[in-house]
Amino acid sequence: MSTYQRNMALTGEPPKALNTGQKVGSAIGLFGLGILGLSIFNITFPNKALWLTISLSMIAGGIIWFARSQYKNTQPGIKNNGVWFKSISSRGLLGWLSAVGLCGFYIVLYFYPQYLGQGSDGAANTGLIGLFDPLSYLLKGQPASQWFVYGVLYTIAIISFGIKFLMKYRHNRYERLRTYSVMFFQTAFAFLIPEIMAGLNGDLPYYDLKNVWPLNYYLFDQWNVNGLLANGSVGLTLLLWGIVSIFVITPILTYKYGKRWYCSWVCGCGGLAETAGDAFRQLSDKSRKAWKVERWLVHTVLVFAVISTTGVIHSYLGDGSKYWLSATTFLIGVAVFLTLLLAFIWIFKREELKKDAKFGAVGFLVIILSFIAMHFFSQTDALFFFKSHEVRSTYGFLIGSIFSGVVGTGFYPIMGSRVWCRFGCPMAAILGLQQRLFSKFRITTNGGQCISCGNCSTYCEMGIDVRAYAQKGENIVRASCVGCGVCSAVCPRGVLKLENGPLEGRINPQDVLLGQDVDLMDLLKK
Amino acid sequence: MEHIIIIGNGIAGVTAARHIRKNSNKRITIISAETDYFFSRTALMYVYMGHMKFEHTQPYENWFWKENRIELMNAYVNKILPDENKIEFEDGSHLTYDKLILATGSIPNKFGWPGQDLKGVQGLVSKQDLLQLEQTAPNNKVCKRAVIIGGGLIGVELAEMLHTREIPVTFLVREKGFWRGVLPMPNATMISNHIKEHHIDLREEEELKEVLSDDNGHVRAVITKKGEEIPCNLVGLCAGVRPQIEFLKESGIEYNRGIMVNRNLQTNFSNIYAIGDCAEQREPVGERKAVEAVWYTGRMMGEVVAQNICGNPVKWNPGHWFNSAKFFEIEYQTYGWVWNNPKEGNDHFTWNGNDGRSMITIEYEIASRKFIGINTFNIRMRHEVFDKWLNEEQTIDHVVYNLRDACFNPEFFKEPYHDIKSQFSNLLTN
Ligand SMILES: Cc1cc2nc3c(=O)[nH]c(=O)nc-3n(C[C@H](O)[C@H](O)[C@H](O)COP(=O)(O)OP(=O)(O)OC[C@H]3O[C@@H](n4cnc5c(N)ncnc54)[C@H](O)[C@@H]3O)c2cc1C
Ligand code: SF4
Ligand code: SF4
Repeated sequence: MSTYQRNMALTGEPPKALNTGQKVGSAIGLFGLGILGLSIFNITFPNKALWLTISLSMIAGGIIWFARSQYKNTQPGIKNNGVWFKSISSRGLLGWLSAVGLCGFYIVLYFYPQYLGQGSDGAANTGLIGLFDPLSYLLKGQPASQWFVYGVLYTIAIISFGIKFLMKYRHNRYERLRTYSVMFFQTAFAFLIPEIMAGLNGDLPYYDLKNVWPLNYYLFDQWNVNGLLANGSVGLTLLLWGIVSIFVITPILTYKYGKRWYCSWVCGCGGLAETAGDAFRQLSDKSRKAWKVERWLVHTVLVFAVISTTGVIHSYLGDGSKYWLSATTFLIGVAVFLTLLLAFIWIFKREELKKDAKFGAVGFLVIILSFIAMHFFSQTDALFFFKSHEVRSTYGFLIGSIFSGVVGTGFYPIMGSRVWCRFGCPMAAILGLQQRLFSKFRITTNGGQCISCGNCSTYCEMGIDVRAYAQKGENIVRASCVGCGVCSAVCPRGVLKLENGPLEGRINPQDVLLGQDVDLMDLLKK
Repeated sequence: MEHIIIIGNGIAGVTAARHIRKNSNKRITIISAETDYFFSRTALMYVYMGHMKFEHTQPYENWFWKENRIELMNAYVNKILPDENKIEFEDGSHLTYDKLILATGSIPNKFGWPGQDLKGVQGLVSKQDLLQLEQTAPNNKVCKRAVIIGGGLIGVELAEMLHTREIPVTFLVREKGFWRGVLPMPNATMISNHIKEHHIDLREEEELKEVLSDDNGHVRAVITKKGEEIPCNLVGLCAGVRPQIEFLKESGIEYNRGIMVNRNLQTNFSNIYAIGDCAEQREPVGERKAVEAVWYTGRMMGEVVAQNICGNPVKWNPGHWFNSAKFFEIEYQTYGWVWNNPKEGNDHFTWNGNDGRSMITIEYEIASRKFIGINTFNIRMRHEVFDKWLNEEQTIDHVVYNLRDACFNPEFFKEPYHDIKSQFSNLLTN
């Protein structure tokens, strides 16, 4: 048994270098990025439209070229070779550098747009944002803004990395359809339609049709509501669409298909995570501790979102003469709605809640109600001792900018592609609650076939320890599962299937797995 | 408190420990000389291929053991003294048990080939084998060619592993057609072709004769039965495994190929049990082999032995056979029995997807049309449904016409069921 004593480290140097095609692709993409970089330093390009076109095509082309070179000589199938050897995808130096770069970009974007050349007080745009003016004029006849630039880059990222993902998963039709879907919704719903609509109705606020409150936390802000209402029937339709989305469409679709219909088929944040973020999905933390943090954090954000929105709406409703709904009626309405909702869950689904979930649910309701009560009795614009607009702007800063942008995307190479979706997104929290309690969706495990290899857990971007369920023969019914289907795709034994089925037997903890002595299974089921 | 010692922290030993804990308060100690914590042996390949890090192969987080009061020891057991209820470690120290479970797993088969113990000749079973492989075959500069001996499941995994590091592989397989000892010919041929498509130099009907050494005692080449000399830096011995039992030699515990156990998984000492790869059934169940070196068997034996130890005597009486594997990109599942050549009175129905990847073969009884078993390639099937059909002794006709109910492919996949049915009907009418 001398081999047992030998102490060797894993010192392999597997091929992880880029092939020639990948190098060419990287060079092209970086060159395109370089043009954008130069523009930041106010290098003026003689023909902006031309240079912008060159730059964006090179970025997209570089990514696609890279992907083609990576996959062209491979057979259809799982492509995770070397993922944990490559610096970029295993928290190596490249990973950290890109995290720092991405975070830096987001900080400048959100807080210092002037460095990107955003013209203020009517001054013309310069620099990077100026470079995008021609495209912006083309689409909506207005100069570009930092958000326009971001929107364009975001869409290009989803499309080109989406094409990469399509090549990678060309053997899996679920993955392909899902990717076409996010590419479409980003390009049409988040980018083209709102920009063009804004062009047609000069002052219509940007409205991403697929962005549902509370992800779209400013939907009910006064400026937005007024902006929409000022645009007559188009605006009113949009506002109603927003309300119907969260109270009607979302619950129905989530009941039928689980939260995946939104999180991995429609949503823009999810879209970026599934395409550009795909290379980082394995970096999510699977520990029990991370799960605990996740549950508390994401629901706290939800409560924060509810309080902030309630406060904001309350602050401008007034006595009802302006918006048909008075502040008082509104507050009572919210309180009644939330209480009924919790009562409903409590009555029908109490057994399915973990102890800390019950505790949390009641705690959160008490907090919300007390905020509302305080509000109600003080009849001022003060929520607790903060002003509503302060709560709202803190929310916008902490959650809207820092969490969803800087941390959510900037930390891709460190904490995986779904940090925001998992720990911060209030929309995901709502959908997750419903998915756990009132939905037909589950991931079925295939009898006794699991070999506990761990591929599923490793590649779950939401940090779900899928194997922990699969090896017990238990279906996966988790609030956070976004239904990306990758666990099922990477499983080498065909153990996992995402499906919508009857509610009965959806959650099925098993003592002994299929394949065992029938009498023993009966005995243990008693 | 009764002390249960388990030697071996693989799937068998760990499942036993978990279920004993569920059913009792006994003191549990798991001993292994391989790793501190349980890991999934079946996932070794993914570590070398860079899909996972070694820690990802560990199904339980480290807090799990303490929280469930399962004591872990990293030590090699040298000897067992059944008369004193003691085990002895390499350093001469002892530990006393009330009940002992042997779950010591397997080691690679060696058939006395000249040169089989040279440096660079190894199997792929333990974590140490994986570490050794990283030394011998880190890349294709150090390892210019590898030769794999034996066309089984571990051999094809090793081939895939080396392939990801672009190391040229020659693969010697005794039969004509890959895994032909188990697979029917059409299945075996398809897998052979698929392996060759990955530029693996697959040599069918070829065997190892001798391993040649260089001046440093490292492998330099192999000579095959047909007399060819193939230069190489690595020889992968994948001609099956056998129970790991050398340390039992003088213990008085009866063994043959493996440790002999009765249907309660007891050895000839009533307080010593053996489970998993290392156990050999005195009376094999049904068509099953006496020694079954598969993951699922280890797990199920762990479940059964736990019942026996917790005062709930049950016999080892597993349900219908099932298994699965993956050959490069082709997933394989099987339910019931499909023999490499149909058993007397049986026949095979094979449907070929003609894409080089998807196929099914069904074995059935000709006279009664009873369904015996199915092999599926690149079509995932639902274990539960086949288990039910086997219990109900359905006919092949029922199975083929209702195949869709057993579908477990991801949503939106192209369904072959219609095509399977029409081919089957054509056969019937002809
Ligand atoms: C590469 C590979 C791939 C496989 N893939 C599959 C698959 O896809 N499907 C499938 O069904 N099966 C597969 N198998 C087989 C499966 O892994 C085994 O059947 C299973 O792991 C056996 O589990 P076990 O608990 O019996 O023994 P093991 O997992 O082998 O555990 C035994 C442990 O006991 C330790 N031990 C032994 N003797 C002593 C001693 N004297 N003192 C201290 N410790 C000792 C050993 O070091 C070892 O850690 C695969 C095997 C390998 C090697
Ligand atoms: S479900 Fe599949 S991927 Fe996950 S551990 Fe089991 S066999 Fe591996
Ligand atoms: S459990 Fe599976 S489908 Fe759900 S998020 Fe994780 S990998 Fe995706």
